[in-house]
This record gives sequence, structure tokens and C-alpha cells, in this order.
Amino acid sequence: MRIKCPICGERDAGEFTYRGDAAPQRPAAPPGGDARKQDAAFFDYIYLRANPDGLIAEHWYHGMGCRSWLIVSRDVRTHRIASVALAGDGLPAAGGKAARGGE
Amino acid sequence: MSAPSRRLPSGGLIDRGIRLSFTFDGAALSGHPGDTLASALLAGGVRLVGRSFKYHRPRGIMTAGSEEPNALVEIGAGARREPNTRATATELYDGLVAASQNRWPSLRHDFGAVNSLLSRFLSAGFYYKTFMWPPALWEKLYEPLIRRAAGLGRASGAADPDIYEKAWAHCDVLVIGGGPAGLAAALAAGRAGARVILCDEDFRLGGRLLSDGGTINNRSAPEWLNAALAELSGMANVTVMPRTAVTGVFDHGTYAALERVADHMPEPPPHLPRQRLWRIVARRAVLCAGAIERPIVFPGNDRPGVMMASAARSYINRYGVRPAARAVLFVNGDDGLSTLGALEKAGVEVAAVADTRTGARIVSAEGGAGGLRAVRLEEGGAVRNVPCDGLFVSGGWNPVVHLTCHLGGRPAWREDIAAFVPGTPPPGLSVAGAANGDLTLGACLSGGFLEGVAAAGAAGHGRSAGEPPAAANEPAALSAFWHVDAKGMKRGKAFVDMQHDVTADDIALAHREGFVSVEHLKRYTTLGMATDQGKTANVNGLAIMASISGRTIPETGTTVFRPPYVPVAIGAFAGRSRGRDFRPYRLPPSHEWASGQGASFVETGQWLRAEWYARPGERDWLETVDREVLAVRGGVGFCDVSTLGKIEILGPDAGRLLDRVYCNTFSTLPVGRARYGLMLREDGFVMDDGTTSRLAEDRYFMTTTTANAALVFQHLEYCRQVLWPSLDVSIVSASDQWAQFSVAGPRSRELLTRILDPGIDISNAALPFMGVRDVAVGGGIPGRLYRISFSGELAYEIAVPSRYGAALAANMMAAGLDLGCTPYGVEALSVMRIEKGHVAGAELNGTTTAGDLGLQRMMSSRKDYVGRVMAARPALTDPRRWNVVGVRPLDARSRLRAGAHFIPEGEPESVEHDKGYMTSVCHSPVIGSWIGLALIERGRERIGERMRAVDPVRAGSVLVEICEPCFYDPEGGRQRG
Repeated sequence: MRIKCPICGERDAGEFTYRGDAAPQRPAAPPGGDARKQDAAFFDYIYLRANPDGLIAEHWYHGMGCRSWLIVSRDVRTHRIASVALAGDGLPAAGGKAARGGE
Repeated sequence: MSAPSRRLPSGGLIDRGIRLSFTFDGAALSGHPGDTLASALLAGGVRLVGRSFKYHRPRGIMTAGSEEPNALVEIGAGARREPNTRATATELYDGLVAASQNRWPSLRHDFGAVNSLLSRFLSAGFYYKTFMWPPALWEKLYEPLIRRAAGLGRASGAADPDIYEKAWAHCDVLVIGGGPAGLAAALAAGRAGARVILCDEDFRLGGRLLSDGGTINNRSAPEWLNAALAELSGMANVTVMPRTAVTGVFDHGTYAALERVADHMPEPPPHLPRQRLWRIVARRAVLCAGAIERPIVFPGNDRPGVMMASAARSYINRYGVRPAARAVLFVNGDDGLSTLGALEKAGVEVAAVADTRTGARIVSAEGGAGGLRAVRLEEGGAVRNVPCDGLFVSGGWNPVVHLTCHLGGRPAWREDIAAFVPGTPPPGLSVAGAANGDLTLGACLSGGFLEGVAAAGAAGHGRSAGEPPAAANEPAALSAFWHVDAKGMKRGKAFVDMQHDVTADDIALAHREGFVSVEHLKRYTTLGMATDQGKTANVNGLAIMASISGRTIPETGTTVFRPPYVPVAIGAFAGRSRGRDFRPYRLPPSHEWASGQGASFVETGQWLRAEWYARPGERDWLETVDREVLAVRGGVGFCDVSTLGKIEILGPDAGRLLDRVYCNTFSTLPVGRARYGLMLREDGFVMDDGTTSRLAEDRYFMTTTTANAALVFQHLEYCRQVLWPSLDVSIVSASDQWAQFSVAGPRSRELLTRILDPGIDISNAALPFMGVRDVAVGGGIPGRLYRISFSGELAYEIAVPSRYGAALAANMMAAGLDLGCTPYGVEALSVMRIEKGHVAGAELNGTTTAGDLGLQRMMSSRKDYVGRVMAARPALTDPRRWNVVGVRPLDARSRLRAGAHFIPEGEPESVEHDKGYMTSVCHSPVIGSWIGLALIERGRERIGERMRAVDPVRAGSVLVEICEPCFYDPEGGRQRG
């Protein structure tokens, strides 16, 4: 696979490390909050994953390049990559282009 | 082997001026540059080349390319002996040593041929049926018997002496195959301005032009070919790679290719690899891999002397070899008939022509180990015997669709040429020429040229490529014909898959037994599963299956392929990553120095570290390590700890980030102080620990465990970039920048005072326990001094730029001579940390919580941090969890063993009574016995309790007492002193 890193340009997938679904957002968990609600929210965050037949936004780490965490939108049926963006810029709009991607 | 030469007096693309000597099964033979081993064997009159896999049938040379199923030989001698090498794809060199395989005692008199008589027991699925009962005999009798009887070549059994390389290449247009279509595509794309790579598995480019000739642009094929090759080599943007087979297609335009750099030499020249595995990244690719001629299935079709018609033309025209004296042609179309011209040119007597379109067919080929003697030809209702020594067969052509299947594409059936053509090729790849079903020269040239122009255009190169090369289209009509059903006549084996000895009867049997799906058929009969992946077999197998089941071929199924297209040596996949280079050691800065001091080394993760420094006269490592520990505890010693991960964290929000990744608080840490930190994973378990210092308001320096250095760094980047991108903080790895030594013992301050530049105050008041400051050594070399202690003694860690690490070690030794300064290794380091009850990798093993490690008080209740919520789950706070305790034997002489399990006194030694296990042990010279750390159920409640440490594999059972994990100076007075 080739991934177009927004910082480094197109590179072989061997330079990247795969992490998984980028959709789950870490719940806010200030101490003193409702422990049961926090527990349930974290359970979902850590363990529950969708398994879509199609496009999925994933976290990839460019460890052998610029060390950026990326959000790669990839079709799991074909490996077609729809967009690549810096993770700090947030998730791409559903089915659309990432907020900031490409070269 | 003393047969007369079959070399034609003239012609062929061989250099007759040079003679190359080689041996086959010990017999001396010769050939010329330009020959393959197969052509040279044929020229030398050798027809019998091998024995078949299952029935040990005599086999000869069937093709002239890499699709060869029969002529598999062992090449080379000693450690370079390579089995199952196709003689038809082996370029001849002087001194080549070849041997036939799968025969005993000799090729001509092969004992294994009795398997043919047993063939009714060896049919499809025989190993599922015949040898099933009684089961006890399988391992002892059947399996060894089958393994000996059925097989291919022998591995050398020695380490591969050659080197292999991996390399990358990038281009606009990759052209796969250098026949007429590929040459036209490369010319077009090159002229258009694209960067082109043209790969061909052959050592000579030209494909079928080399064997079949023709007229292109009103010139003869060789003339046009030479001009085309000259033009290609004159273009700076075109790279031609002969001897390079593209073996696989991967995502997003990545292709694998195997370059046989030195397989055409006795051994690789110095500094050159034997083979090079390329990964080629191409914007566009044009597949011009050609087509493979298809055999016809009939009884005896495997006799030596039965050959593909196109191969006969290759041997005559390309290699100047007469493949037979008297031949019969068995064809189903015009292309096969075109062989007549070549046979005439070579002076081969044509005894008969069986063209299936006129109703003629060969019902059997007769012969033995000596090869083909005659064929039985049926024509007009009569069968006659035709003596001959060659039978040239053409059943049409199968486009080489293999690479188009590698990403899941399925071929499509084309009725007019009775063959599969590429269905939907992978993105970025187009197909031209015979591979696309365009089987005539004119169509190959124009198709290749058009696809070359299109590929270059898609890659952004649109200069005019001129006119496509023009040639006429030769007659190529055919009528599908697969299998001679010789029912009611003399029976004999009709092979579909020659290499795996799968016959037409096997397919019929599989059908009778209910294996209707093609995938099941394949696995049951092993059709297409040999080293040639059924290149000459699969479509015939499918056609026979279709006719038996009364379906059309597309209804029956299709045949798909996986990488690699041709066999690839494991060595090529490994490249340079073999032996020690598979995972090179990392060496700490003092390695050379320690080596000079007589250190022994141990592999710890990626690193090679000094384990201990034995002195003359010491009995064993225990004595050495005891000495090192006592030297530290009584004086001073030092140890290279540069392997720890080191990360600088900078920015106004550095403290805030650390508060979120550590369970304890770092934003409140004063500048110039260090603190022990514990990191959890988000699921609540412990991830890593280490000491982190605050160098300035906005600057921290973190250390991680050696093993987790890269993981923690990646985790910090994740926290910074993904979880909290609004934090103003950056991180940078400094692991390799600093050489760091632990300097420990009551006299460590004294030693350091001598090492540091004058005027640097490191008194207890100026640099108290857990203090950090900048220092200088050796006259202004910048360093840092951390007053932290893993050993429990007054101790420091001193850091200097890596390049000064070895010098610092030498200087400390020299400066501390009168103090008894002692270098110590990781074993003594570990002894002292166990004596102090500090946890390390064996306890931080991914299954323990902060509570398990006795560190629950570090978990802040005033802030959010990674792992906080999940660490509170009932199962992670269960009082029955295993926690870290100390262990000492009741009998001080007993040795403890890591991995021993704990059984309460009086309970049987069984899994139900298992209450935990020993994680770390050492011999403690200050305690005077072995001691250990353990994870034990309700461990802290058991302090003072006796248990048995059970190690049935090694040491048996030792009575122990559970104790506090800290064995030495529990008040910590020594490290604060």
C-alpha cells in the first residue's frame, strides 16, 4: 500500500504503523464525575468497534517518517484510500474529503 | 548419453564460437552462450530428464519457458545445490552441474517406477483413503514411505552461501514482458517522455519474436528487434531489466520483481548478490506477459519426446536444435500448423499431421524410459501406428492472466480463442498483446503501443510517440479441443497436471465422488498445486470437469492465481536480514570499553549489554556478581544505563501532558527535581515506568524502560496529536544522544567530584536526593547529573553526549582506582533492584495494575489521566488479585527459580492450588541467600506465611516465607545520605 502523508508525501505502508478505528473519541472523565457513566463510556471507547463493509477512518502512525498520527480513510474492500489527514485536524466529514489532506 | 548431436549446422541465437561445458548426472556435455540447459540437453541428445512426482514416470522437456512442468533438475553442487530448477529457464554457463531428481538408483532404472503398477492405490485423494487405517501405522510406516517415494529434488541441507538484496525502484510506466507487445509499449511510453522500466524474465528480450520471427515495418523480426532494443537503450528515461520476473501485484501500484543477478554464473562475482528482490512503484503498468501454449490431454502425453509445438519452434529457430528426427504434429488450429515451416527448415521428417478440425486425433503415445517410439493416430474411423520420436502438440494458447488475479480479479472466458482473458485488472494496470487474448503479431504490436501511449498519458507524459509498428496478422483460427477420450481403446494414463501426476481419470473420479466445485477438485486431486501452479494444467482440468458435468467452462468456474508468478527463493525474501543481521544488536556507548575490560554480554531486547565483568580466579558468575554488588554497596561502582528510553518534552503545556500520561502528578514538580512516574494504558493496566525530571518551566526529560522506549514515544505522540491536540507541547527522542551511567555506592559522590569540572557543587544540600542539575566534565563538556537510585545506595546517573560515553567510563575507572571503583553489569544491577524490591520488566508484564505492584498510592484522585477510569473496574481492584511480595527460602542454602509456582503449605501440588508465581530471583550477597519477587494471590495479606515454591521441571519444591518486597534498607536512609 502507498499512503500519502500530508507532511512527507506518498510513502510505502511499511513506514507506518496501523492502530485502528479513528472514530471513537476519548470521553471526558474528570474525577468526581458519575463513575458508572464514565465506566460505560470508556468501555465503549476501548472495546466497541464497528466493522463496516466499506470506507473506514483509521489511525496510522508515520513512525519511520515525520512521526505524525494520521487519519486514513480506507475502503476495507479494495484498500482504496479516499483521504489522508493529520489526526490533530480531526475526523473527515462523513464520506467526504479530510479537513486538510494531500500535498 | 552418447547420442549424436542434434545441433543444426547453422542458425539460432547462440554464439557457436564459444563452447560451454556442463554435466548432467555426471555425463559431460556442451553448449553455447545463448543456450538454456534444456536446449543444450536436447542438442546433446538427452531426452529423459527427470522422473515424475508420484508415479516416477520418465519425463523429458515439454516447453521452452518458465511454465515447464517436467524438466525439473538440481543445479549446482554442495551448499549451492538448488532443487526443482526448470531446465528450460536456466541459462547455460560454463561448469554448470545438473542432476536429475526423484529417482533411485538411476534416472534410467528407477525403482520408484513400481508406483505406476500401484497406481490404482495412488489415485486422487489416495492419502485420504489408502493410508487411513490402522492409524498407528501412519507415522511409522505410511508417511515415511510416501515421503521417500513421492517427491521432487533435495535441499542442499547447508546454509546458503550467497547474499541477496532488496531494492526499490520508481517509474511512471512499468512494462511487464519484453515480447512484441511489451517492446511496443515501452517504445511508446519512452517516446512519450515517461520514466519506463521494462522487465522480462528471459535473458534475451523479444519473446516469441525470437522463435517465430515475422515481418515488422517491412523489416525482418530480428532487424526490427535490434533497432527497437537500440532505441530503448538510447533513451535515458527507459530502464531495461532482463532476467527479471515480475512476480506479484500489490496495492496502489506496487509490484514485486525478482532479478536473477548471478544465476547464469557458477557463483556470484564478489560483492554482487545472487538475486535481487525489487519492489517497483509504478504510476501505471502494462502487462505484456504473453501466453502459454496449452497441451492436449491424451494417453501417454507425458512421454519424453512429446513437446509443445511452440517449444519445438523455439528449439529450432532460437537455439538451432533439431528436437526430433521424425515427428508427428497434433494440433487444433492454424498456429500449431505453422510449426510445419520450422520442421521443414530443420530437416525434421513430418510423419503425420493430426488436425482435430479434420477429425484426426492421437489416441495414445507409446514409449518408455527411452522416450517416444510411436503414436496411434485415429483418422476416418481407423487407427494406425505411426513410428516417430517427436510429437508436437498445440491446443491453443492461454493468456498469462496471473498478475491480473493478484488483487482479486477474476478472468473472463473468451469463446473465440477458447481461453481465459483478464477480467477486471488491478487499478493502474492495463493488459496488451497475447496476455490480453490478442494472439497475432500485428495485434500485439498495435495493442502494446496503444497501451504504452495511454499509460504514459495517464502518468502525465503526452509527447507524440509516433506511429505504432505494423505487422500482418497471421492465421490463428482454432477449434477448442481438450481431451482425447480413448474409451474402448488401449488404456493409458492421460496427464492433465504433469508435475503433480494428476490424470484425466483422477478428475473423473473426483467428480464421481462429488467434488463438483473447482476449488474442491483442485484440493482433492492437487491439480495446479505444484511448483508451476498449473500453468499448463489448470484450464485443461477445468475443461475436462466441464465436459464430465455437462456444463460450459465459464459455468464450471475459473482459475485464479496468487503471487509469486514463479518460485522465489526464501533467501530473496529475506534479503540482507538473515543470521545476526535479521535483528542487529544495538550497542551502548561503552561497549568497546567494556569489551576491553573482559565483560560478558547478554542480549536484552534490541541491546547487547555487559552482563558482568569476571576477574581471573573467580569460580563462576555468581562469585563475580556478588563481588560487583558488594563493591557498590561498600564503595562505588558504575553501570552503563544508556539503553533507557529518553524523551524531551517541551512547551508551555509539557507538565499538563505529563499529568495526563502519568497516573501521578508532574506539573507540580519543581525545576531541578526528578520524580518516579507510572504510566497506565487506557484499559487500566500498567504500561511503563521511569524517572522524569524538570529541567526548566517548559522542559521535562523523561526516561522509559529499555524495552518500551519506542512504544512510549509513540504513545506520547498519540496523546499529544490525537487525544489533546490543543496542548502546546512537542516531544523529541533523545535516547541516542546521551550516554548515561549509573554511579552508585557510598563513595559515588567522592568519585563524581573528581570527574566533574571544578566548582560544581554536588553536596547533599546543593543536589539532594531526586535533584537534577547541569554539569560539565573534561573541561567544558556539557552533561547532566540526576541524583536517583535504583540500587538503594547514594547514587547518581550522569549523562554526557554519546560520543564521550566510553571516555567517561575510562576516566571514572582511572579516577576511582583508590576508591575500588568497580564496573558492574546488568546482573548486579538486577540483584540490587530485587534487594530493594523495585519492579522491572518481569513485574511490569502488561497484566499487572498499579495496585498489584504496590503503587496504588501513586494514582492521583485529583486529575484525569490515561487509564484512570478503567483502573477502577471491579476486576482490577479485586482484593484476590495477585500482588508483588518478597520471597525468601527457609533454608538459606536453597536456590530459588523464576517461574516457580506457589502452593499453600499442606495443599497438593496441582493447578487448582496455584496461588501465583515467582517473577524475579537473585542471589543476594547482603542477605546471604537467594531471594525473589513474586506475584501471589492476596500476597500482602500473606506476609509472614509459609508456602512452597514448586518448580517440577527443574528444582522441585522449596519451602519459602512470604515477606515484604524490600529486603535492603527499607527506610531508604542510604540513598538520601
